[in-house]
Parts: sequence; C-alpha cells; structure tokens
Amino acid sequence: MSEISLPREAGAAPKRDMRQLYMLAGMAILLLLVPFWIPLVGGYTDLASRVLIYALAAMGLNLLLGFTGGLSFGHAAYFGLGAYGTGLMLDYVTSSTLLAMLVGVLTGGLAALLLGPLAVRRRGIYFSMITIAIGQMFYFIAVRWNSLTGGEDGLTGYARQPIFGIPLGSVQFYYLVLIFFALGAWVLWTILDSPLGHTFVAIRENQKRLTFLGIRVDRYIALSFAISGVICALAGSLNSLLDNFVSPDDLKYTLSGNFLIIAVLGGMRNFWGPLVGAIIFVLVQNYVSAVTQNWMTVLGLIFVLSVMFFPLGVLGFFRRRSKA
Amino acid sequence: MLLDIVFNGFNGLIVGSFYALMAIGLSLILGLNGVINFAHGGFMALAAYFAFTLVPYVGFWGALVIAPILAGGVGFIVEKLIIQRLYTRDPLYSLLATFGLALIIQDMLRTIWGAQGLPLAIPDFLNQPVSNTYFFVTGYRLFVVALAIISTAGLFAILRYTRLGVRIRAGNADLETIAALGVNIYLLRSANFVLGIMFAGLAGILAAGQLGLTPTMGDQLIMPAFVAIVVGGVGSLLGSLLGGLIIGVASGITTAFYPAGSEVVIYIIMGVMLVARPRGLLGQEGLLE
Repeated sequence: MSEISLPREAGAAPKRDMRQLYMLAGMAILLLLVPFWIPLVGGYTDLASRVLIYALAAMGLNLLLGFTGGLSFGHAAYFGLGAYGTGLMLDYVTSSTLLAMLVGVLTGGLAALLLGPLAVRRRGIYFSMITIAIGQMFYFIAVRWNSLTGGEDGLTGYARQPIFGIPLGSVQFYYLVLIFFALGAWVLWTILDSPLGHTFVAIRENQKRLTFLGIRVDRYIALSFAISGVICALAGSLNSLLDNFVSPDDLKYTLSGNFLIIAVLGGMRNFWGPLVGAIIFVLVQNYVSAVTQNWMTVLGLIFVLSVMFFPLGVLGFFRRRSKA
Repeated sequence: MLLDIVFNGFNGLIVGSFYALMAIGLSLILGLNGVINFAHGGFMALAAYFAFTLVPYVGFWGALVIAPILAGGVGFIVEKLIIQRLYTRDPLYSLLATFGLALIIQDMLRTIWGAQGLPLAIPDFLNQPVSNTYFFVTGYRLFVVALAIISTAGLFAILRYTRLGVRIRAGNADLETIAALGVNIYLLRSANFVLGIMFAGLAGILAAGQLGLTPTMGDQLIMPAFVAIVVGGVGSLLGSLLGGLIIGVASGITTAFYPAGSEVVIYIIMGVMLVARPRGLLGQEGLLE
C-alpha cells in the first residue's frame, strides 16, 4: 500500500513539488473567484460555501480516518456541537460572530478531547460502534433539551453579525468560509508534514510495530481524534452561520455517514480528496432532490456503488490511472 | 410510586425485548460476517410492511411466519450482490454500503407504502387487558416478551444442536480453519446473514403490532441495539440479549423519574460500561479488533 500522498513525501522529486505547487495555485485562484464564475454555471455562492464547509469537516475527519486509520462514525457530533455552541452564543450571549465561533469550536473540540480517550479503548468495528453511540447521545440531548436548543424544530432566532463592521452577505460570508477553510487545511497539512503526522500514518500502517517501539498508540489516536473533532467543530460553526439555523440533524449519525462518504468518494488517501467528494456530494444532494423525490435512493446508490467500484475514490482512481 | 416504577420497568422490558431481538440479529451478523449491518433497521421495517400486506390474506399468524422469511430472502439477494464482495476489504466499506442500503430501503418503503403511519392489525384476544388490578397490561405485551424468549431459545438451540449452528460457532472462532476443512464459508455467511435478518424481521412485526408502521421505525431501534451489543459485549449473543433487556428496563425506569432522560440514560450506561469493563458484560477480550 503506497497510496499515501502526504504533503511532502520522502524522496519526492522536486519536479513533482513544482507540479503540486501549480495545482495548489490553480485551486486557490478557482476558489477565490467562485462568486464571479459560479452564477455562470447555474450555481449560487451559498452552494460553494456549503461545499467548503462539508469539505472542511470531511478533511478533519479524514485525519483520523484516512491518515490514522480510525473509523469514526460519530464525527457529526462535534460538527453539531460546534454549530450549537455558535448558535447559542449568538442567540443568548454575544453579538460578536468571531467570539461565538470560538466558543463553538472550543465546545466541539473539548467534547472530542474528552471522549476520544473513551472511544480508543476499543479498535476496529468496535471503535465505530462506540463513536456512533456517543454521537447519538448528543443528538438525544439536543432533541430533549427543548428549552435551550429548540428540540426537534432546531435552533433559530439568531443571525450572523457583521465582523469589524463588514456585513456578512452571501459573498462576504463565502470569503469568511474560505479563510477558515484555508486555515483548517493549513493546520492539517502542517500536522501531516510533521513528525506527529508521520506517527499517525505509521499507526495506520502498523499499529503493533509502533506499540513495540514504545509509542503510546492510544494517546496518539486520541490526539488525532481530538484534532479532527476541532476541525469538524469549526466546520459546524460555519454551517450554523451559513443557515442561521441549527438542526438536531447536524448531530445525527446520518451526517457522520455523509462525511465518511465524502471522504471515501473523493479519495481518503489523498489530502484534497474530501474537497472533490464534497463537490460531488453537495451537487448531487442539491440537484437530484430538485428532480426526484427519491433522492435518498440516489444517495444510497452512490454509497453502494462508490464503495463497490471506486474504493479509492475519484482522486485515487485517477492517480492509479496515471501511474499505470 | 413503587407501582409506577414497576409499571415503567415492565414497559421497558417490552421495549428491551425489541432491542434484544435486534441486537441478537446484529450480533450474529457482526460475528461471522464481520459487518455492522446499518440496514438492519431497514430490513426490520421491510418485514413489518410485508406483514402489513400479508395480514389480509394469511392472517396475523401466517404473516408472522412468512414476512420474516420474505425479508430474509431480500437479505439473501443483498448479501450475494453487495456484501459478499466486501468481506475481504476494510470494514469501512461494508459499513458504508449497508448505510447506503438503509437509505435505499427506507426510501423504497416510503415510495411504496407512503410516509404516513399505518396500523398492523393484531388478533383481538391479544388486545384484551390481562390484568387491571394493579396496572394495565394487554395480552400483546406478554406475547411479545414470550415470543422474544421462545425465538431466542430457538436460536440458541439451532446454534447448539444443528450442523449449521455448529458451523456458525466454529466460523466465529476461526473462519480460515473451517474453510480449509471443506465448509463452504460463502454459503455459511449467506445463511448466517439471512438468519440475522429474519430476527430483525420478527422484531419488526412485533414492534409494528404495538407502535404501528412508519418507514423510519427501524431508526429508533437500531441505535439502542448497538448500545446493547457494546454493553453486553461483542461476540456474545447472550450478552446482546442481556444488554438489550438491561438498557430497556433502565430506560423504562428512568421514564418514571425523568422522562426527558429516557434515551440518554442508555448511552450513559454504555459510557460507564466502557470505563469500568471495556469488553462488556460477557464479551471476549480482543475480538474483532
């Protein structure tokens, strides 16, 4: 298995580094100009914001899933906690969007930090079951704590406030999302490029060996869990600002499943895989639901077919093609 | 107050029976097939809808027998077409595939039978209250508990005394060895999957008799079934049974004191179990990890 594509792989030729740099620059330009070209292809700016938010969440999850080898099915919980934290702050406490975001990220991150050690007591399928159950606990708390969260109807009654006097319209908000997306991607990239990131990958590749080398594998997986939880919380916080609304479904395991399929669909061994996955996912969700009532079946088929025929995702598929 | 607790505890026992039936089926599939079957709730609802359609023709009792078999047949096709191809891969893939299947089944149910709730007709004599002296218990509730016990005992008898059961247990212990000994493990895993689905189907029909039918009825039961497996311990069917009953009763009793906490309490039990005894009540150490 050498499908790893870390930011800077040992022995990578400088030529490839240059190519990566060009790709990155091209991507940055495309993303920066979204509000200008997206109406031309029949989209709208909020749709692009949603893509970046889901991509950020799936990239955070992918640190644990694709690079550390921990199959969490409960990361929507941290996404949702970030969303509720931000929404509740704006609703009851502050009118500062950034402060509300900070509280949201801290809430989700803290929960991931505290619950990670509990989940890593088990591995493999068992780990997935525990993460999903922990996630559902938050879902039921949100549904039942009616007076605070609005229960099943969700949290409403707040709106994103201007930052430094700049009102956050659709376009301005897109750039805010883009800034945080870039920040999150940079953090993840830096981590993966550091000894810490190499330890994560080594855990994925051979856990037993690392244990023999005296590395506390449990702690590293818990750390990866916490970092990915923080990134998911950041994405959730942005999501609550995009909608000016938080639904308990933002915590539900179905959303965790969506993040997983976004990562797998794009290619979970690739750093940018989740971004590709998010583009496909959001487009399908958006346009298919407009065409047919049976969009759930279409979504389900995407799950089943991509798992059966594209296990390496879109990027993995093309990478393999170009190598062959 | 005491009566209240007993009454809610008994209600919890019935809900716990549903959890237990679901958890046993899931646990069976998890053990031999190594798959967390997210579509379990979907299959459960599917069987219930089959029963709903069959009742006018074959009556409640006929539907109770035929519907789980039909659902098992659908399960057989699904296992052959999709899940069997994923056994050699990372568990992530079968997890996502069954998750997608759950979406498809739910959507199909909604398309065919409609999103609104439907009642499942049960025989009149089961609807009679058995006792009004202390609290209200219908015959149906006793019937649910009795049938859960009988079917579980039946499953244990199959696993203990039939050739299929012996092979399932042997496969749980060491699949490669029994393959080398000449057992067709593909067929064995198909059979095991179908058996698990039939259990889900039974739970679905029983639940529909009490709670009615909706396309999402499986959603409410599948999460507690996961928790039941974790609490009872992976790899032990008896553990799943116990786990289901325990969280059912705990949830019921909590309803008496603090209704809003009735769902959260089962996750708290799971958390406590993970801290105090990570392998669960009767689980084996290091299985499926």
